[in-house]
Amino acid sequence: MSDAMNIAKAVSKQEAWSRPQWLQQWQQAGLDRFRETPWPTRKTEHWKYTPLKSLTGIDWSLPEPKTSVADGIRFDDWNAIRLNIVNGELQNPGDLPTGVSLVRLSECNQEQAERFLAALEASRNDFLFDTANQAFIQDAYWLNVDPNTQVQQALHLNYVTDGDDVLSSSQIWINLGVGAQVTVVETFSAGEQGRCLVNANTAITLADNARMTHYHLMLEEGDAHHIGRVTAELQRSAYLDSFHVGIGGVLKRKDIRVRHCGEGAELRLNGVYLPKGAEIIDYHTCIEHEVPHCTSEEIFRGIISDSAKAVFNGRIHIHKDAQKSLAEMNNRNLLLSDQAEIDTKPELEIYADDVKCAHGATIARLDDTQLFYFQARGISRAEAEVMLSFGFINELLDSLQDEAVQNLLRPLLATLFAHQRSELTRHLL
Amino acid sequence: MLSIKDLHANVEEKSILKGLSLDIKPGEVHAIMGPNGAGKSTLGNVLAGREGYSVTGGSVQFNNEALLDLDAEERARKGLFLAFQYPVEIPGVSNMEFLKASVDAVREANGQEPYSSVDFIKLAREKCKAVNLPADFLKRGVNEGFSGGEKKRNELLQMMLLEPTLCILDETDSGLDIDALQVVADGVNALRSPERSFIVVTHYQRLLDYIVPDYVHVLADGKIVKSGGKELALELEKDGYRWIAGESA
Repeated sequence: MSDAMNIAKAVSKQEAWSRPQWLQQWQQAGLDRFRETPWPTRKTEHWKYTPLKSLTGIDWSLPEPKTSVADGIRFDDWNAIRLNIVNGELQNPGDLPTGVSLVRLSECNQEQAERFLAALEASRNDFLFDTANQAFIQDAYWLNVDPNTQVQQALHLNYVTDGDDVLSSSQIWINLGVGAQVTVVETFSAGEQGRCLVNANTAITLADNARMTHYHLMLEEGDAHHIGRVTAELQRSAYLDSFHVGIGGVLKRKDIRVRHCGEGAELRLNGVYLPKGAEIIDYHTCIEHEVPHCTSEEIFRGIISDSAKAVFNGRIHIHKDAQKSLAEMNNRNLLLSDQAEIDTKPELEIYADDVKCAHGATIARLDDTQLFYFQARGISRAEAEVMLSFGFINELLDSLQDEAVQNLLRPLLATLFAHQRSELTRHLL
Repeated sequence: MLSIKDLHANVEEKSILKGLSLDIKPGEVHAIMGPNGAGKSTLGNVLAGREGYSVTGGSVQFNNEALLDLDAEERARKGLFLAFQYPVEIPGVSNMEFLKASVDAVREANGQEPYSSVDFIKLAREKCKAVNLPADFLKRGVNEGFSGGEKKRNELLQMMLLEPTLCILDETDSGLDIDALQVVADGVNALRSPERSFIVVTHYQRLLDYIVPDYVHVLADGKIVKSGGKELALELEKDGYRWIAGESA
């Protein structure tokens, strides 16, 4: 049982909720598992480099219903459909495009509920925080895109957490029918009120020939923790382009797991993490090539400043029958200070004999020759460092499909290196 | 404009420049030639203020200021320009961003208003044309994936935009075919003016057919062992550097 995290207050609140009995039972099962799961320590393989001390000794509660909250993230000049999920609860969604529907788990009929729960079961990782998610979500949402529907407007899931010592849990399942196509942006931000733990799960399932562009941007600053997972299952010739950003907060940990379940599936999985101060950001990724003829391309880059810490664990698993797999993973890290730390571990596990796989990880500082080139052209050392650091991740931003997302991220990330000194970023923006 | 007196410099504890003296007046073009390892590139890097090159003796006056007291970026802002032998690739930073940052920094230091983005883009495109680089090179990462000739033309583009008073060309001819050499030389010649001086560092005489110097100096073992007019370069081409060692010994 996990005593380390005090959840008594949260439990008593949760017990008072009114919901269908089957849902109550399912959540109770989550709570039971939570109590049986030991607290992850340095000896727990998956949490070895990720200290969780900042979560202990706090009386975690569940959020109060909110009438007004922080606005979250807004995109300029983009006609995306904005869906606000405040403290784990979906606000009035308004009109959705034809072929797109949103179903609440609490309102499912029996057949829907069975399908929904089966999808959630399939995405479980049984980490402690996964069991907590099951126990404490106020509801779960099923975003469905009908077969052969090409959704023109992007869907923006604007997650906002607001409260003090609150545990804010969310679970969304995004399901694309055969040949469906959509762009989904998930942004996470926190109000300025106080300490929070965001426990956010995203499950994605893509049927044959479905195509999805996905952004998962963890942008909470201040006294925020964020732990959760993104899972995806790709059927025949499905395509997923998933881009991740981790900045700010006390601690961030995301487990990303993608399964190639149908031949010809394609994955592009990129991300950047930029911890500063004493922040910790941890990405664990795992790509399962279960069938032949699938490809995955993965690039993660990190810039670690001050005494911050980053963890990257990238696993690619090629199953025995997954011949003709093509998998590439690359992780590059830039350390901006002597106290900064990165623990990076690429893992390739290959059981098929006719595959093409490559992986690499590097750790470096800013390059003296490049810095001198800037200075020899009159640019100050300080501005050169900012431009060069930003350039390191800008290569990935340049490859994004949506200009609106680039326009949101560029200033947000550039200013991180400049310590709010706008004269150092003026040539980037 | 530039006066180097008895300059001594080390690279990683190794003594490279051993008492080099040189005077350059406005508008003059000086070629520095010499065998490999003589200290030619070191001279350019020391003058530009690169880290790792430590001056152990002597002085350098640049427009009546002690050059060696200045940081690399201050030297550039005061009109010193080093065209690199191997221009650095900087992926993720666009050529346009880099050029604008550079020109803004130099103009600001000289009390001039920065260009507006629109004006600058116009100007940069114009200069691109002058050095025969397609305008889309402005959008690419700095020198990223450029050929040898394109990198050198990009250096020339920077030179044109910054309008320095002293240009140091470090082995600008290396890695260039005749056509590329011609383009770069034409660019340099177009920049020659009574106020602007050049130090052309080269191993081969070939470049000096295109950029005709006022003076030629032979650098050997860290100092200038012989100076003369442009005809000295032809002698070197004919007889090589071997005789220098004999004569100076």
